[in-house]
Amino acid sequence: MFESGIAEISRRLAAGEFSSEELTSAYLKHIHQHDARFNSYITICDELALSQARAADAARAKGKGGDLCGVPIAHKDIFCTKGIRTSCGSRMLDNFIAPYDATVVEKFNQAGMVMLGKTNMDEFAMGSSNETSYYGVVHNPWDTERVPGGSSGGSAAAVAAHLAPAATATDTGGSIRQPAAFCGLTGLKPTYGRVSRWGMIAFASSLDQAGTMTRSAEDSALMLNVMAGHDPKDSTSINVAVEDYTSSLNKPLNGLKIGIPVEHFAEGLNPALEQKIREALGVYEKLGASIQEISLPNSHLSVPAYYVIAPAEASANLSRFDGVRYGYRCDNPQNLEDMYKRTRSEGFGAEVKRRIMVGTYALSAGYYDAYYIKAQKIRRLIKNDFDKVFTEVDVIMGPTSPHTAFKIGVQNNDPVTMYLEDIYTIAVNLAGLPGLSIPAGLIDNLPLGLHIVGKTFSESQLLNIAHQFQQETDWHLRTSGI
Amino acid sequence: MSISSSDIAYIAQLARLHLSDTEASEAASSFSNILKLIDQMQSANTEGLTPLSHAIEASQSLREDIISETIQRDELQKLAPRSGHGLYLVPKVIE
Repeated sequence: MFESGIAEISRRLAAGEFSSEELTSAYLKHIHQHDARFNSYITICDELALSQARAADAARAKGKGGDLCGVPIAHKDIFCTKGIRTSCGSRMLDNFIAPYDATVVEKFNQAGMVMLGKTNMDEFAMGSSNETSYYGVVHNPWDTERVPGGSSGGSAAAVAAHLAPAATATDTGGSIRQPAAFCGLTGLKPTYGRVSRWGMIAFASSLDQAGTMTRSAEDSALMLNVMAGHDPKDSTSINVAVEDYTSSLNKPLNGLKIGIPVEHFAEGLNPALEQKIREALGVYEKLGASIQEISLPNSHLSVPAYYVIAPAEASANLSRFDGVRYGYRCDNPQNLEDMYKRTRSEGFGAEVKRRIMVGTYALSAGYYDAYYIKAQKIRRLIKNDFDKVFTEVDVIMGPTSPHTAFKIGVQNNDPVTMYLEDIYTIAVNLAGLPGLSIPAGLIDNLPLGLHIVGKTFSESQLLNIAHQFQQETDWHLRTSGI
Repeated sequence: MSISSSDIAYIAQLARLHLSDTEASEAASSFSNILKLIDQMQSANTEGLTPLSHAIEASQSLREDIISETIQRDELQKLAPRSGHGLYLVPKVIE
């Protein structure tokens, strides 16, 4: 039963093959037995999960509850959960128990889904390898000497290792799509504003978006049906009608126009990976799509602009951690200043401090125009590039990452090397577009991802395009064999 | 552009971070690499472009001014490292 995704679990629960309580307790046992090898969970919610499962079984017995009632999932530890610790992967919040649920969590609870636990992540979602977590490195189930990607590395590893059928995740610069690619999963980052950010701990507020980590596009559509929607509590969530994201999964792809950016098939891309991506594009041609080269001429500027904008927003967001109202406080503060400084220095890890410093610098007097305003102008250039391309093609495809998962410890000496990990994904966040990564092959038994980017609010179309690929190929069904 | 140790100290002060000597020298070297990356922006011609602060250029939504929150002072102050008498407690500010 651990191979089943959420669509299949929903069918099997409805058919009475097993109860939610049986499934949930099997999952919990499985997690306790195997997660020491992966470290994908920060907190396991045995008691809560079992009580939610029993409630779901009771609802189903009365003919109540929707399709996903009783289906277990895991939540990235960035979403606030009432009564359960929300650490955001940081010592700063090691003792933080939120007094409320994030809107996303509340929606899954209302759907009757069962929370297995909270997944590991890079501290405050800052990282591309899940090596910056206060709770330790997460190991990739395909090769435990390698990283799972980040920042949603715990969500990806848990789903890939069959320790959860699906998980929530968040993406600020690639944090859903890159780990999905590294772990052989379907990872969707919706359009900015499609999913509420309320109760999701902020990293860079104009870029952060919640999404899904699943075994298939169909599972992702089912999850998005629950998550999406306007939230009056998040003033940046957009009031656009929510579709049934499963309704167009089976549409034929005849006439679909796919653009492939020449800049994403240039220097730096692993040739074996390029070959696999081109084979995947061949599948789409067989399905009736046409492929044309396009250009995103400013894409090389996306990483530099992002590393001004994201740290600038982070430095402001993380100023709330002051040791006064919640979270960590240093021992024996001598005075207020000493308390702020030591609390923040002891509570934050190295990468978080680095980004706060970069952001503070970019916003400081004398540098604001040269860095922050310049970065926002480049953000405009990048958005204009996408707007222009989308008058010619329906979607953009390319590799999610230039290579497969790398070994733990090899890329964390120079921050810039790590920042370049997200070279193909970051522009999508700057432009607020939806993006998806689907498994498209294996190199030396390590998964790789095909990146699909669409127009604003085109999630239905992206999931349709991904689902059609998954009807033709079985890469998404491959597992690490664990 | 490289960065001096006094710049690092100034930024750390603005960010209310205390850096050890090792951390400060590590910060100076990684900062220089990051600035080299960021400075690639200067090659772009952005003349006449309006800065884009947000990808979705929607106007801020407003709602009726009605009370939506209840007073949860006790519950919220339970989260504080130190509180008492309904107040958040911090080191003495005024002698």
